[in-house]
Amino acid sequence: MARKLLLEHINVPGINTLDVYRSKGGYASVEKALKTMSPEDVVEEVKKSGLRGRGGAGFPTGMKWSFLAKPEGVARYLVCNADESEPGTFKDRYLMNYIPHLLIEGMIVSSFALGAKVSYIYVRGEMMPQIRILEKAIAEAKNAGFLGKNILGSGYDLELYVQPGGGAYICGEETALLESLEGKRGNPRIKPPFPAIAGLYGCPTVVNNVESIAAVVPIINEGGEEYSKIGVGRSTGTKLISAGGNVKKPGVYEIDLGLPVEEFLYSDEFCGGIANGKRLKAVVAGGSSVPILPANLFLKTINNEPRLMSYESLADGGFVTGTMLGSGGFIAFDEDQCIVRNTWNFTRFYHHESCGQCSPCREGTGWMEKVLHRLENGHGSLSDMDLLVDVSKKIEGNTICPLGDAAAWPVASAIRHFRDEFEWHVTNASEAVTRNFGLAHYADPLTKKEAVA
Amino acid sequence: MLRVEEAQAPVEFSPELIKKFDDIVSRYPAGKQKSALLPILHLVQAEHGWLSSKAMDKVAEYLHLQDIEVYEVATFYSMYFLRPQGKYVLEVCRTGPCCLVGAEKIMDHIEQELGVKEGEVTPDGLFSWRGVECLAACGYAPVLQIGPEYTFYENLTNESVNKLIADLKARGSS
Repeated sequence: MARKLLLEHINVPGINTLDVYRSKGGYASVEKALKTMSPEDVVEEVKKSGLRGRGGAGFPTGMKWSFLAKPEGVARYLVCNADESEPGTFKDRYLMNYIPHLLIEGMIVSSFALGAKVSYIYVRGEMMPQIRILEKAIAEAKNAGFLGKNILGSGYDLELYVQPGGGAYICGEETALLESLEGKRGNPRIKPPFPAIAGLYGCPTVVNNVESIAAVVPIINEGGEEYSKIGVGRSTGTKLISAGGNVKKPGVYEIDLGLPVEEFLYSDEFCGGIANGKRLKAVVAGGSSVPILPANLFLKTINNEPRLMSYESLADGGFVTGTMLGSGGFIAFDEDQCIVRNTWNFTRFYHHESCGQCSPCREGTGWMEKVLHRLENGHGSLSDMDLLVDVSKKIEGNTICPLGDAAAWPVASAIRHFRDEFEWHVTNASEAVTRNFGLAHYADPLTKKEAVA
Repeated sequence: MLRVEEAQAPVEFSPELIKKFDDIVSRYPAGKQKSALLPILHLVQAEHGWLSSKAMDKVAEYLHLQDIEVYEVATFYSMYFLRPQGKYVLEVCRTGPCCLVGAEKIMDHIEQELGVKEGEVTPDGLFSWRGVECLAACGYAPVLQIGPEYTFYENLTNESVNKLIADLKARGSS
């Protein structure tokens, strides 16, 4: 069993309190960083670790930090992105709920590395219970001298605040998040300038995901080089995977990157297979935005190599036969699930969450939702699939922020891999309302050849 | 669809609430008090149950903003109610992963139990319900939340929903 770096003590009773957290070695990285390291040393360790942004994009965190502009006399900010709302992802809620001090510890070390004197944790508004947990933990940390003026006698000052959002998926995009934190609508900004140059209040700002910031703690404790030994290739370290949908044991799992997907899905240590003795039809591996894959393509790449839970292996085959690790929101679909209905559901989500700033996304997501709705309800035509692909292509890459891409990919991939199921909804319209297409040739394991519908 | 409704009674913020506002404003650099807008709207909604235009005007006055700056924010974010709601608003997650394990049936059941359509308020003023987008709790699906504390109810079944509604009824009418 692999070592856990983030969730090692998650089941210790009272780990949400400062005393218990400290008794398990908590806040050691703050003492190490503030007393024995310079901010540049901390950035260097994070660079060495190979840590990649855990929010979905996978951009190297150390590199992001090194881009931060440091003009004289201008404040710098670290903002933690806890606006977790990618369908399928619930790891940040879990982490903040059960081990809030880990995030606060990471925030202190990261803020020190970046020279931020005030940092914010932007939590989605629906997570009010987690906001209260974090605020209590911050008060405890401040009482113990880990926040405030002259932390541990190092001369470094830091104030940490929690900011609630208002319920908008788009605020997970970093510039929309900054707009929201400034008290405005969450419309993403045109980049450049990037937040590293002009972010919160026009000052240099770094925005990092909850998990990325938490991962800084073991990186500082053990050294970036040790951390980089975990994992495979450029996917270093551990990753929290939120397993949901039709798996037997849904929940948050910490895995070493590079774990074979088959082991993750079927071993009792993790998901434990598909619930209710059913078979796997499809998987969305990294949150609803990433391309959906049929079971056979998910478990093995097109070259018949076992797929691994890593940035590279999941992306093997590009968008034709691969997908992305994304935020680690793992959604399994069993044989009874309807791909058309699910695609409509996801598209409704993106239509609802589009901020309305760019026409291709504002209008396109609505069109796709309508077309998918009529397909699902038996009013579609065979030309609708090409229409959907056409609309998705016209959204993709033509918007200010990646929400447009995120809305286009699930539709394009569903039609790419499950076109016969979409066609069946047209040719067998009355049946499609009452029953599902079934497994066809997607299932795993394939026990017998099934007739298509 | 999104229109701002008028409250009948004049809106006054209590000194305790204003003190909470002051505390929030102190988190931001001088002159950046607009950052306090979202948290303050949450507090106002928790107190009044929804955001009337009178309440929003008051917030604008407090933060030295134009009224429109408050309206545009309140209409953008899905958590702010622009019309009166039931005392308990059941918000059921309706996005993909929850639907894989039966969220739609739970919504049908709630509609039947409460006897009102999505967005409407029960005659006794106790309940309203709506489907909301992903609540980031896919591993505990189906889920619903109830403001203003945003308490979470996980792994819902028809029976647990019935019990929840009965409990809330007992609490709400006492």
